[in-house]
Parts: sequence; C-alpha cells; structure tokens
Amino acid sequence: MENPIQTDFIRWIVFLPLLGAIVNGLLGAKIQKSLGKGAIGVIACAPVIVAFILAVNGFLTLKGLPPEKRFLIDNLYRWIDLGSLKVDMAFLIDPLSSVMILVVTGIGGLIHIYATGYMHDDKAFWRFFAYLNLFTAAMLTLVLGDSLLLLFVGWEGVGLCSYALIGFWYHDHANARAGNKAFIVNRVGDFGFVLGMFLLFWSLDAQGHASLTFREMVKWAPSIQNMSLWGWPVVTVATMFLFVGATGKSAQIPLFVWLPDAMAGPTPVSALIHAATMVTAGVYMTARMNVFFSMAPATLHLIAWVGVATAVVAATIALTQNDIKKVLAYSTVSQLGYMFIGVGVGGYAAAVFHLMTHAFFKACLFLGSGSVIHAMHHEQDMRKMGGLKQWMPITFATFFISVLAIAGFPPFAGFFSKDEILWLAFTSDHGNKAVWFFALCGAGMTAFYMFRQLFMTFYGKCRADHHTQEHLHESPAVMTMPLVVLAIGAVFVGLIGLPGVLGGSQFAHWLEPVIAGHGESHASHALEWGLMAVSVSVASFGVFVAYLMYRKESLSPDTFVNLAGGVPYRLFNAKWYLDEIYQAVLVEGTLKLARFWSAFDAYIVDGIVNGVAAVVRFVSWLNGLFDTYIIDGLVNALANVTYWAGNRFRRLQTGNINGYLYGIIIAMAAAVYVKIRYWT
Amino acid sequence: MQNILTYMTFIPLAGAAMILMLPNNAKLVRWFSAIVTVPPLLMAVWLFNNFDRTTAKFQFVEDYHWIPAYNISYTMGVDGLSISMVLLTALLSFICIFASFGIEKAVKGYFALFLMLDAGMMGVFCALDFFLFYVFWEVMLLPMYFLIGIWGGPRREYAAIKFFLYTLFGSVLMLLAILALYFTVEPHTFDMRVMMAHASKYSTAVLPMWPFNSWGWSFQHVIWLALFIGFAIKIPAFPFHTWLPDAHVEAPTAISVILAGVLLKMGTYGILRTNFPMLPVATADMAYWFLGALGAWNIIYGALCAMAQKDLKKLVAYSSVSHMGYVMLGMASFTTQGLNGAVLQMFNHGTITGMMFLLVGVVYDRAHHRDIEGFGGLAAIMPVYTGITALAFFASMGLPGLSGFISEILVLLGTWQKYPVLTILGASGVILTAGYLLWTIQRVYLGPPNEKYLNMAEINGREIFTLVPLGIIVIIVGIYPGVVLDMLRTTLDSINAIVIPHLHG
Amino acid sequence: MSPNELSSYLTIGAILFGLGLFTVLTRRNAISVLMGVELILNSANINYVAFSHFSSGNSAGQIYAIFVIMLAAAEAAVGLAIVLAIFKLFHTIDVEAAETMKD
Repeated sequence: MENPIQTDFIRWIVFLPLLGAIVNGLLGAKIQKSLGKGAIGVIACAPVIVAFILAVNGFLTLKGLPPEKRFLIDNLYRWIDLGSLKVDMAFLIDPLSSVMILVVTGIGGLIHIYATGYMHDDKAFWRFFAYLNLFTAAMLTLVLGDSLLLLFVGWEGVGLCSYALIGFWYHDHANARAGNKAFIVNRVGDFGFVLGMFLLFWSLDAQGHASLTFREMVKWAPSIQNMSLWGWPVVTVATMFLFVGATGKSAQIPLFVWLPDAMAGPTPVSALIHAATMVTAGVYMTARMNVFFSMAPATLHLIAWVGVATAVVAATIALTQNDIKKVLAYSTVSQLGYMFIGVGVGGYAAAVFHLMTHAFFKACLFLGSGSVIHAMHHEQDMRKMGGLKQWMPITFATFFISVLAIAGFPPFAGFFSKDEILWLAFTSDHGNKAVWFFALCGAGMTAFYMFRQLFMTFYGKCRADHHTQEHLHESPAVMTMPLVVLAIGAVFVGLIGLPGVLGGSQFAHWLEPVIAGHGESHASHALEWGLMAVSVSVASFGVFVAYLMYRKESLSPDTFVNLAGGVPYRLFNAKWYLDEIYQAVLVEGTLKLARFWSAFDAYIVDGIVNGVAAVVRFVSWLNGLFDTYIIDGLVNALANVTYWAGNRFRRLQTGNINGYLYGIIIAMAAAVYVKIRYWT
Repeated sequence: MQNILTYMTFIPLAGAAMILMLPNNAKLVRWFSAIVTVPPLLMAVWLFNNFDRTTAKFQFVEDYHWIPAYNISYTMGVDGLSISMVLLTALLSFICIFASFGIEKAVKGYFALFLMLDAGMMGVFCALDFFLFYVFWEVMLLPMYFLIGIWGGPRREYAAIKFFLYTLFGSVLMLLAILALYFTVEPHTFDMRVMMAHASKYSTAVLPMWPFNSWGWSFQHVIWLALFIGFAIKIPAFPFHTWLPDAHVEAPTAISVILAGVLLKMGTYGILRTNFPMLPVATADMAYWFLGALGAWNIIYGALCAMAQKDLKKLVAYSSVSHMGYVMLGMASFTTQGLNGAVLQMFNHGTITGMMFLLVGVVYDRAHHRDIEGFGGLAAIMPVYTGITALAFFASMGLPGLSGFISEILVLLGTWQKYPVLTILGASGVILTAGYLLWTIQRVYLGPPNEKYLNMAEINGREIFTLVPLGIIVIIVGIYPGVVLDMLRTTLDSINAIVIPHLHG
Repeated sequence: MSPNELSSYLTIGAILFGLGLFTVLTRRNAISVLMGVELILNSANINYVAFSHFSSGNSAGQIYAIFVIMLAAAEAAVGLAIVLAIFKLFHTIDVEAAETMKD
C-alpha cells in the first residue's frame, strides 16, 4: 500500500461543525436574543453545508486518483506518544469514509435545515443546534479518524450528543431517563469496544507492529492469525469484543433496548442520530475492520445470527406499535439487523450500501413523521390520525416513496440494498439458507408494518379531534424541501449498487480498496432472478395483508391479536419483556449490589474502623480505672499517711510562746542533766 | 533561579506567619493570602517552562546540611513524577484560596493554617531526603486536622479525629520503615537518591527483629508493606478508605478540594517515589495483589458505593476512591502506557475532582444541604452552573476530548498486556461510573425545576473564576495530553526500568 | 560583794537572767515578754563584759556586747512589729490568744 496523500482540508470538515457548536453553545443565548433564531440557524447550518462541499471535494479528489492511491490524510499532530503507542490526531478520507461523510454531511445538512423549521417554537433553539452541530462534528470524527482510538473518540462523542439530545426536553424525567438508558447501554458496548481495541493493539505489539492506525493494523493483520487467548484465536476474541461495541451503538440484540426509548428526543434527532448516522457507526466500524472480521469466521457466524434475530424480533415488535415514531424506531433496529446480516455473511460492502440507502429513506420517513407530528400538535398516536394525505400532499408523497423503498420494491433504493444482503445470505460462503429464510420473513413483516403505518396515517377518515383537524396544514417549505430531496434519493440512490445480473455494483467497486472481497458469489443468474422474485412477492404479500386489514378493513386485526391465545401478540406488544427483564435483573441487580456494598462499607469496613476505635477506648477506660484506683491509689495513700502524721504533729505547734519557752527550758535542763550525768 | 523549590515551599509558610500579625480584617486577610499564593504559582509556571523533559534526573536540586550528626540533610528537587504534582499543588492552592472567601469564622486562623498546609504539601512533593519528607508529611497533617475540626460541618470533630488518627497510624508504620531503611545501609542515610542506589542491599537484607527473623520474613517485603499501608491510607485504598467520605463530607469546600486534589495523590506519589525504586524486587512480587487487584477492586467498589449515596459530596468522595483505583491499577501494570496513564490520572483526578467539589460547594452554599433527592431541575434555574457541572462530570466519566479519557484509556490499555482479567474488571467500572454520574445529573439537574429553588442565584463570578482554569486544563489535556505526558515520560520509564527486571514471567 | 571580784558581776547577771526568765514565763502580755527577753539579753551582756574585763585583756567580749545591744534593738523592732500585727488580727496582745496554729 502506498503512502497516503497529505492534505489539509479534511480537518475543516470536522472543525467547522465543531466551531458552530462552540459558537452556539457559548454565545447562543445572547445571539438568539439579539439577532434572533435565524442567526442561530445560519450559524448551525452553514458549517454543515460547507463541510458537505468539502466532502464532495474529497470524493471528487479520490475519484480522480487510481484506486490503489485513494487515501487522503490530514495529520494535525501527535496526540499520544507513549512507548509503542503512537496515535496521531489525523483524519483520513478513503472510499469508505468518503461515502460516510457524504451521508453525514449531506443528510445531516438537510436535517439541520429541516430542524430550523421543526424546532422553531422552542425556547432553547440555540442549545438544540449546538448539540446537533457537536453531534455532526463527533460523527465526522468517528468516520474520518484514521485510528481505532480516534474512531472511539467520535464513538463516545456521538453517544454523548445522543444523550444530550434524547434528554433535550429535560423537564420531563422520562426523557432524561431515556437519555441515561441510551448512554449507559452504549457504555456497555464501549466496554467491549475498548477491550477489543486493547487486545488487537497488544497482539500486534507482540508481533512488533504495534499500531492503532487502520492502515497499519490492516497491513499487519495476518501476523496475528495464529495467536490465541484463553484457548481462542485472538482475532475471534477481539472481533467478538468489537462486535459487543457494535451491538451497543447499532442497537442489536441484546443491547437494542435503548433505541426505541431514544425517540423521546425531538424528531430531527431521531432522523439524524437514531436512524441515519450514529446507529450505523457499528456497521461502519465492522466494515472498517473487515480484515479482522474476515479472519474470524466464528464471529461472523455470531454476527449473522444476531443480525437475523434482531431483524426478526424488532419487526415483530414493530407490528404491534401504535406510536408513529416507535414503529419507525423498531423498523430501524430491524434494518440495522439486516446490515449486520450483511456483515455476518461477509458482505461488508452490501452492509454499507444498505446503510446508505437506509439513511435516505429512513431519514425521509422520520422527517415525514415529524412533519405529521408537527401538524398534529405533537400527537404521536397513529390511532388518532388518518386521512392526512388530503392536507399534507408533499409529506404524503415523500412518505409513500420511502415506504416503498423500505418495503423493498424495485426500483426503489431499499430493494437493491436489501436484496443484495439476502442474495449474499443465500449464496455466500459465510451465509446459509436459514439466515436467508428468517431474513425474508423479516422483509415480509417490514412491508406489512410500513404499509400499516402508511394506511393508518394517511388514508381513511381522520380520527383526530375537531380542533386538531381544523389546524391541519402542510409543513413550511423549509421542512418539505429536505423531504423531497431525501425522497429523490430514496428513489435513485439504489441504482449505484445494482445486482450482478444488472451489471454489478458500482458501489462495491468503489469500496474495493478498503473492503477487499465483498462476498462475491458465483451462483447462476437464474437463481439471482428467482430470489429477487421471491423477495418481491413476499413483500407484496405483506402489503396485501396490510391492505386488507387497514385499508379495506375486511380482515380484522383482532384475528392476529387473538392468535394462539394472544400470547404472541402480548409478547410482541410488550417488546418481548426485554425492558422489564433488564430492569429487574441488571438495573435493580446493580442497585442492589451498590446498596449492599455501600452498607458493607458503612457497617463492616467503617464498623471495623470504629470498632477498633471503640476497643481502644475501652482498653483505655480500663487502663484509666487501673490508673485511678491502683497507681494513683498508692500515691494518694502515701500522701494521706504524710498528711495524717502532719496533722498529729501539728498539735504541738500551739503558737503559745510560753509553752515553747517551757519546752526549751525543760529540754535544756534535760540536756544539761544528761550531759552531766552520762557523758562526763 | 536558585532555590526555587525552597521559595515555593516557604513563601506560604512565611505568609502564614505574617497573617497572624495582620489586623483582624477578614477582607485584608483573604486578599493577602491570595497574594501569597501567587508567587508559587508563577514559579510553577516558570518550572513548567524550564523543566528539562529529556532527563530522568532530579532537577533544581538544593542540598544543604541540616543535622549532619545523623546524616540528615535538607534536600529538595523535582523530577518528572513530582513536577506534575508540584504544578497541581500550586494551582489548587491558589484556586482554593478564592474558594475559601466565603469563610466567616476565625478568618485569620483559617488562612494561616491553609497556607501552612500549602507549605507542607509542596514540601512533601519536593523533598528528596526521607527524613525531610516525613517532616513535611507530618507538618501537613496538623493544619488539616484543625481545618476540618474547626471549619467543618456538624460532625467535624469525629471526622477530623478519624482523619488524624488514621493518617498518624500510617505515618508511624512509615516512620518505622524509614528508620529500618536508614539503618540497613552503611553509612546510614536518609537521602532518597542514595537509598534508591542501595536497592539491591535492601532486597537481600534480613529482618533482624524477633519474631520476624524466626519466621524468616524478608526485610524488603515487610518494609514494603509498612510503607504501602502508610501510603494506602492516603490513597485511600480499600479497606483503609473510610476516613475519606467522612472527612470530605465534613470539610469545608476548599479543604475537600485540597484533600482530594492533592492529599490523595501523596499516597500514590509516595509508592512511586519510594516503594518502586527502593524496593523493586518486593514491588514486583507484591504489585499484582496489592496494587493491581486492589486497584481494580477499588474501582468497582468505589463506583458501587458512590451509586448508593444520597449525599452529593459523599458521592464525589466515593468517586475519588473509584478513580484512584485506576492509578493503582496502572501502576501495577509496569507498562509505559499504564504507568504514565496512572500519573496522568493522578493529575487529572486532581483537576476534575477539584471541579466537582467546587461545584458541590456552589450548590451547598445556596441550598445548605447536599441531598441528591432534594434538588431537581437545576438546569433550568442555573444553566451556566449546569453546563460547567456537565463538563466536570463528563470528564470524570472519561468522555473523549476531556482529560479523564486519556488517562483512563492509557491505564486500561497498559494493564491489558499484563492482566486482561483485571482490565475487564476495571473497564466495567467505566460503565458503573457512567451509571452513577448520569443518575446524579438526572436527579439533581434534570426534570421539572424544584419549586423551592426557583430563585436560586446563578453561579457568581468568583466561583466561575475558581472553576474555569480547571475546566480549561481538563480540555487542554484531553486534546493535547503531551502537555503533561512529556514531563512524565522519561522519569516514569526509568522508574519502570528499575522494577521490570524483577518481574516474574 | 566587792567590785573587784568577778563573782559579784556574775551574781548580778544571774539575778537579772532569773528576773528576765521569770518575766518571760509568767507574763501574758506580749510587751512584757519582750521586756523579759531584753533583761535576759542584758544579763548575757553583763557576763560578756565581766569575763572580758577579768580575763585575757583583749576586748572581744565587749565588742560582742555591743553586737548584742544592736541585735536587741533589731529584735525589739521586729518583735514590736509582730506584736502590732497580732494586735491587729486578734485585738489583744495576750500571747495565748495567738494559738490558732494548732487547729
């Protein structure tokens, strides 16, 4: 691999949104007061649009280079330099990250513009855009970072912004709680991510190639092929850890529970963060590290099954939801599952392709639902909607196109990308028929619930109350314009990734320098046509059932509600009770553990300390008694004897001078007598 | 600059003496104390600029005879390990003077004791003579006792006595160890540099004392443990940590900052300064259990205890227990990343926890309680305050771009090579940390505003002045950690190189 | 009794001493006791001077007598001061009144 080309414009792709965030974050309140919300909007949108132009510039520069030279790097300074750990603050544009930054800045820019309309009545307008810009900067760091550690910086950064934006309306505890949940569940994933990173770093270090830079890591990946840890190949363990990180960020089983709750945030946030960009970070990361994942078949197998399970479970839940955003949220989880199926069967390029098409149609769906919610005065229950297409034609049209795209009808974008994944699941070396079959079922359910949503929202009679109906209106141009652009994307963007029979995927070809061997399969063209037909007919069946139930109403939904004693319905509707289980086991468990150890600390550890103190005090009390009664007793006894004797002798001291004189004379006489009588 | 370290140490002490002579005017005393802490701060900046980052030798050394009869000398000097702590001490002392402007009771006494404490702390980090080190160690203890015991909260006497006795217990063990080291080599010496050179003699010495000699205990392990316990109490390592929550909760805000920001670091500093280079063989033997495993346990235990607290300040106190665990864990790794990460974590913890205690102080000054459940929705009432709090909390959580991230990731990365299992335990502490801090943010700052505090005053200029320097350092170190790491690297690598040959396997 | 004989002086001295002793022992008035002491001292003085005159010929004894006179004056001064103090305290100069020390 040749040395990358040095440039110095890439940094601005990250810095401009960051600058916007800093300006709006520190001065936003004042700007909003003095210059109005328009100024805030300009400060927020302009950097993202300029960043988009720079991203296009990067893309075109790459395009002008021969494929093996498509690496642009912008090295700012050495960030950490300790022993073998050398990490630069450096940003990298290669085919993979160029796609990602186009998505992030392009769709992100549209969502920024949309949000200036959607959030117009919010007092904390400036704060919203400060967060949104910060998020964009973090997401761009994630995809542009040239080392795993810098990727992790963005990874955590987007998590932080997601937390802040989910809890944007923090006056309501429920929103704040949803933010906490998102952050903490993501932290569980991050925990796996860092361990995977450490393991890869030290394994490479043991081979003398310590580095966290992608280019170096990929280059030396084969050197750790035969190393093992705890009886497993190192790559398997490391990729498993990394995948734990991906399940957190990209909402896979078992860590997907945060994403539906994350819909508590404003709708543009749901579109940008929780559909188009942040949640796809896990897919991006696996694609980025594809060389390592490909070396670990066991991990790929796990990923494929986790992807299938997520796709199907989330789809079953989506069947039963009535909240317009919740349906989309579970649909996002489900679609992310498809991306991981793609990764799991070795089709990294297909996964990234689906990531991109999904970004278009899901952003369009979310923004469309936002438009509806805006018109309905923040009513999100689909049972209170209906017939909206007469009031909101543009929203309806774009929503309809996106539904067709997500349901997988040709020639809309979703068809090509999803079909590529199904095709690889069926035919590639890592795939198998069971994965394909379940994924297909999921696709059928997707078509059903998306059309259910479409029918419930836009068709039939309006079920909203009179007051709301009177005020129904199409959203302003600043909101509908992004919808139109996204819908156009949802129609055409699939064409860059045509299946093999239609000429092969431009997209996969573009990614080839980064993703070598994108799960090519050599099955016959007949099979390829056949599988396409199967998936389209399954989707059509889903649509047909939805049509019968919610448009023609000839088939009652209750038939399914009461199926098998209502057990499946209740299970789906209660989200497989995962939240309850996690709450009871993990959250309560941790809190119990915390209370236990805290009590242990207060009563046992501190008890011992205080106990020692008490024992010392008791001993000193005993000692005090000994001192008072034995030692001091002796001293006092001596004193008492002296005192008593003195008291006795005192009687002699009368103070009577005559008495003394008599004493003197008698004593002298006695002395004289004795002297004369005995000593002569 | 000649004798710069002496000036840094004794200017505050002279200031303390002069305060006693000032008239009893609170304003005058406050500003005088603030001025007294400026020269050490400027000298610290000078040191930072003039410190030679390429050598592991002691710099700015001052060496004078003190008590020649016992070969005790007055020796001061700094290397990469102590310079970061000296800078931290100078900065936090300066900031804490301003944080103490709210003190109303016996102002003269407070500031005189505070400056005396400052001198003691500076001396501990600069002293290169073990006897001198011990003297400063004890000098620091006394003002701390009074500062907690007189200006503290309702249970201040209990907390002060607990702190004092606990530390004194450790000091006694340390003194015995120092004397044992002193008498083991000929000619007897307290000079740390000479003692480091005698490491091999210590490792072969036998404990001459009954009953240890009959049990065959080796000198170095017993001495190592004695020193370790002395230092572990300061860290504070489980199970010697219970003085900390009490002392923190009762101490006035500025003293909590000093306690967490500087005093805790003396434990780990002491271990790196004495245990590592003087008793490398014992260090290699003991590190896994007494630093590594205990450190990992500290992380998880502290985090779980923090989660269960209802008092905001106690929560921050337990978070200190948790975060100092990273320092111990990193020290035990003997990798350049782990060790540098550990010392960087010492520095970062000083700034981040300093901020957190100051922030708790801000809200306590207004509400006069610290009950986590008793607030709610402060974000709407005090947005600037909440923003700064978020910065501190996220730095504590180890969010990238902020300093805590660098040190935690370095510690965990460094530890993984030696002890993957301990790393997994330590890293799970990161999840718990996020848990309790976010939960706290939610309960105190988010949600509907508490009716009782609708009129609470926004953070004032003086308080912002104390917080902003720390916040800037937190961000700078996060973006460009070389600021601190460049100073540490050479010294720590040389300390590490002393121990590494003695590691098993 | 002849003025040339030592014994006559000694006799007078002994009589004086006897009178002084008698006074000291029998009088309860403190002033009288002091006067008795003066008599005793003067009897001693007579003895000094007499022995000096009738023996060796140097005047050491006579000098001692002068010392004693001086001392007697000092003693009288201190004694009277004590008496005055006792009078102030007890409002009497009866020596038996000042017997409180034994209690």
